[in-house]
Amino acid sequence: MEVFKYKKPLSLMSLSKRFGLLSMTLLIISLGLIFTKGFNYGIDFAGGTLVQVQYEGKAPLKEVRTAIATVPEYESATVTYFGSESEIIIRTKSSSQSLGKDVGDQMRELLKDTGKFEVRRIDMVGAKVGSELREQGLMAMLLAIIGILIYISFRFEWRFAVASVMALVHDVTITMGAVVLFNIEVNLDTLAALLTILGYSLNDTIIVFDRIREGIRTIKNPHLAEIIDESVTRTLSRTTLTSLTTFFVVFTLWMFGGEIIHGFGFTLLVGIVIGTYSSIFVASPILMWLGFSVAEFREKEAAVLKREKEKEKMRAMYENGTL
Amino acid sequence: MKTLNFRIILFIFALIFGVVFSIPSLTQSDSGKKITLGLDLQGGLHMLLGIKSDVALESRNKSMAASVRYIFDDAEIIFDGLRIVDGKQITFELLDKDDVEKAKTLLTKELEGTSLTQNGLKFSLEMTPEEVERTKQNAIKQAVDTIRNRLNEFGLAEPTVAKQGEDKILVEVPGIKTQADEQRIRELIARAAHLQLMAVDEARIARVNTMNEAEAKSFGDVILPDVVTDQRYLLRQIPVLDGSMLTDAKVGFDKNNQPVINFTLNGQGAKIFGDFTAKSVGKRMAVVLDNKVYSAPNIRERIGGGRVQISGSFTLNEAHDLAIALRSGALLAPVYVMEKRSVGPSLGADSIKASSMALALGFLLVVLFMVVYYGMAGVIADVALIGNLFLILAIMSLFGATLTLPGMAGIVLTVGMAVDANVIITERIRELLYQGKSIPKAITDGYSNAFTAIWDANVTTLIAATVLYVYGTGPIKGFALTMSIGIMASMLTAIIGTHGIYQWILPKIDKNRLNLWFGIKTEGVK
Repeated sequence: MEVFKYKKPLSLMSLSKRFGLLSMTLLIISLGLIFTKGFNYGIDFAGGTLVQVQYEGKAPLKEVRTAIATVPEYESATVTYFGSESEIIIRTKSSSQSLGKDVGDQMRELLKDTGKFEVRRIDMVGAKVGSELREQGLMAMLLAIIGILIYISFRFEWRFAVASVMALVHDVTITMGAVVLFNIEVNLDTLAALLTILGYSLNDTIIVFDRIREGIRTIKNPHLAEIIDESVTRTLSRTTLTSLTTFFVVFTLWMFGGEIIHGFGFTLLVGIVIGTYSSIFVASPILMWLGFSVAEFREKEAAVLKREKEKEKMRAMYENGTL
Repeated sequence: MKTLNFRIILFIFALIFGVVFSIPSLTQSDSGKKITLGLDLQGGLHMLLGIKSDVALESRNKSMAASVRYIFDDAEIIFDGLRIVDGKQITFELLDKDDVEKAKTLLTKELEGTSLTQNGLKFSLEMTPEEVERTKQNAIKQAVDTIRNRLNEFGLAEPTVAKQGEDKILVEVPGIKTQADEQRIRELIARAAHLQLMAVDEARIARVNTMNEAEAKSFGDVILPDVVTDQRYLLRQIPVLDGSMLTDAKVGFDKNNQPVINFTLNGQGAKIFGDFTAKSVGKRMAVVLDNKVYSAPNIRERIGGGRVQISGSFTLNEAHDLAIALRSGALLAPVYVMEKRSVGPSLGADSIKASSMALALGFLLVVLFMVVYYGMAGVIADVALIGNLFLILAIMSLFGATLTLPGMAGIVLTVGMAVDANVIITERIRELLYQGKSIPKAITDGYSNAFTAIWDANVTTLIAATVLYVYGTGPIKGFALTMSIGIMASMLTAIIGTHGIYQWILPKIDKNRLNLWFGIKTEGVK
C-alpha cells in the first residue's frame, strides 16, 4: 500500500508565512492561557493530599462533601468522580508531617458513614517537596534542551540546532497551552509526557533535517527553499506514518490505559500532533529565516573534505617514506 | 550461496537471550532474576522522610553538659553557672584561677570535636562545624539503620530503606494489605522508642498538681504524664538508666493475661539497676517511654538480674510493635513525612490490567498496520518489534529493574517509536527501487542512507531520556529507564536484525512481486 507517492516536491516554503502566522497565533494563545489561567498543579508540585476512594455502587458525592466539610481545614477540598461513578478523588491542600495519624487516615474516618468503600490510593506531598520537584522538573527540561543543542550543533550546524530547539519550544508551549485549556492536572506524569514530547518532536525534526542535510549535498539546485521542499516532501511519508503508529499506541493508552495515566496520554496525544505539524511546516522555515546559506555550507563541507584529503596525502607520503 | 550472515546470527542470539531471560519475569517464577513491580503496580507504601537533626544536636549538647559536670566533679574542680545557651553553646565559670589549666587539658582530652573559648574565668564550649555535620550525618545513618531493623523485624517482604540526597530517608514497603497495617507500620517507624527508668521524687510529688515546669526544673525534676490517665508524675530529671543498656525485649503476659513487654538489661545496666533498687526500697520507680509514664511500681526489694517489665494497657499488636522498636533502639532524632504515596493492592492490579490491555492493543494495531502498509517488509519489521519487546524485558530482568506504571507507558511508547526505524528504512528502499536500482542494491543503500537519520534521532531521544533518569524522581525514572532500554534495543533489532533477515532471504525476494514484498507496484524495477 502506498499513500504518499512522491511525484514532485510540494511547494511548502511558499506557504511558510501562512503556517508561521498559524503557529504564532497558537503560541500567543497558549502563552496567554499559561499566564492568565495558569497550570492546574496537582499535589506533586503544589503539595497536599489526594485520596482515591472506591465505593460499592455509585459514590455519594454530596454526602462525601458534607462529611469532609465538617473539618474547617478541609472546607476547600474538592471531590470529583474519577473514571467511573463509583470512584472518587478527594483533593486538599493540607498535608501532615506526622507519621502517626495523617490526612488520609482522617479522611477515612470522616467518610465512615457515607457507605461501603475502599481507600485505594493516598498521595501526600509536603509543600517543600512540591516546590523542589517543580524546580527539578524545570532543571531537567533545561538540561535536556542544552544537551540536545550541543549534540545537534556538533552533528549538523548551529542553525539546525537553533531551529530544532525553536520547533521544540513551539511544540512544548502549545502542548502546555492545551494542558491548561483542558484543565489537565499537572503532576509528575504530565511532566514526563512533556519531556517525551520534547524527545519526540526532536526525533521528527531531525529526520527531516537529516534529509535536508543530504539534499544540500546531493541536489544541484542552490536555492535552499527548493531543497527544503524536496527533502520535506520525500520524508512526508515517513513523518506521517511514524506519527500514525505512535498515535495509535498513545491513543490506546489514553483510551484504555486507566484513569491514572489519562492526563499522561492526553498530553502525549496533543504533543504528537503538534510535533508532527511542526516538523513538516515549522522547523524548516526557521532554518531559512536564520539565514542558512547553502553555498556557505557547501564551502565548509568542501574545506573539511579538502583538509581530510590533505591529511591522507601526508599520511600516505609519510608511510611511503617520502616525508 | 550465503544463507546466514553475522547480522542474522546476532539477531537470533539477541532473540534467544531476550526470550530466555524474560521467562522468569513473564511466568513470575521464583527462580531467576526478574522484574520487580513498582509500588504503584503491586500496592504498597512509599515515603520520603525528613529528619529533625536539630534534636540530635540538642541531645548531644545535653550529654556534653552532663560530661562536663561529671569531669569537673571527678577532678574536684569548682565551677558555677553550667548552662546550655541557644541549644548549641555550653557555658560555665571556674571559681578558682588555679584550676584553669587543669580544666582546659581535661576538657580537650575528654570531649573530642569541641572548641573551647576563654574569657577570663568564663568559658564557652561549642561543637566544631565538622562535629556538628558528623552528628547530623550520624543521626541520619542511625535512623536509616534503625528503621530498616524495625521493618525487617516486622516481617514484611523486602522493605527498602535508604538515605536519599543529603538529609532525606526513602522508605518503600511493598505488599501491605490493609490500611490498618499501613498505619501500624507508620507508627512503628515514627516511634522514638526512648526508654528511661526514672526515680519518683517522693519528697515533693504530693505537690505535683500545683507545680509548673519551671519550678520542677529548679528542683532538678521533670513532670511527665501517665500514658492512659491524667495523672502527673514528678520524676528526677536525670534517669537511672535508659534504653541504650537494653539487650532484649519480648512480648509476654502478666498474671491477668494482659500483654506486657519483658526486657533484659546488659551487665552494666543490671548493676546500676540492682544498686538503685537496693537503696530505694519503699520508693517508686517509673518506667518512661517516649516521655510518658507507663507504670510506677513500688520497689519492695533489691532487683537483680536486670529483668524489667513494662505493662500498660497494650493490645497484642501494640506490644509486638513496641518490643520491635525497643529492640532496634531509639531514634536519635525524630523523623517526619515529606512525601507519602500509598497504593492499595486492588488499584495496582487494575493498573496492570489497564496498561497491559493498552500495550497489547497498541502493539496489535502497529503490527497490523505495518503488514498492511508494507507487506513482507512490515512482517520483518514486526519480527524485530517482538524481538525488541523481549529484549526490553530481558534487560530489565537482568538488572532487577522496577517496572512502574509510567514504565509501562514507556514500553508502549517504545513500540510506537521502534517501528520508526523500519519505516524510514523501508521508505528509503522503496525510493531506490523507484529509481530503478536492483533489489540487493536498494536494500544495502536503503540501510546506509537511513542510518544517519535513525542514529541522530535516537541519540537525541536518548539524551532527553538520560536527563529524565538523572533528574527525575520515582515514577519518572522508571519511564526514562524503559524508554532508554527500548531505544538501545531497537538499534539492535530494528536496524541490524531486519537487515540480517533481508540478507538471509534475499534470494527468495521475487522482483516481480514487489507489491507483496515492499507494498509497491512493480514498474521499471530491475
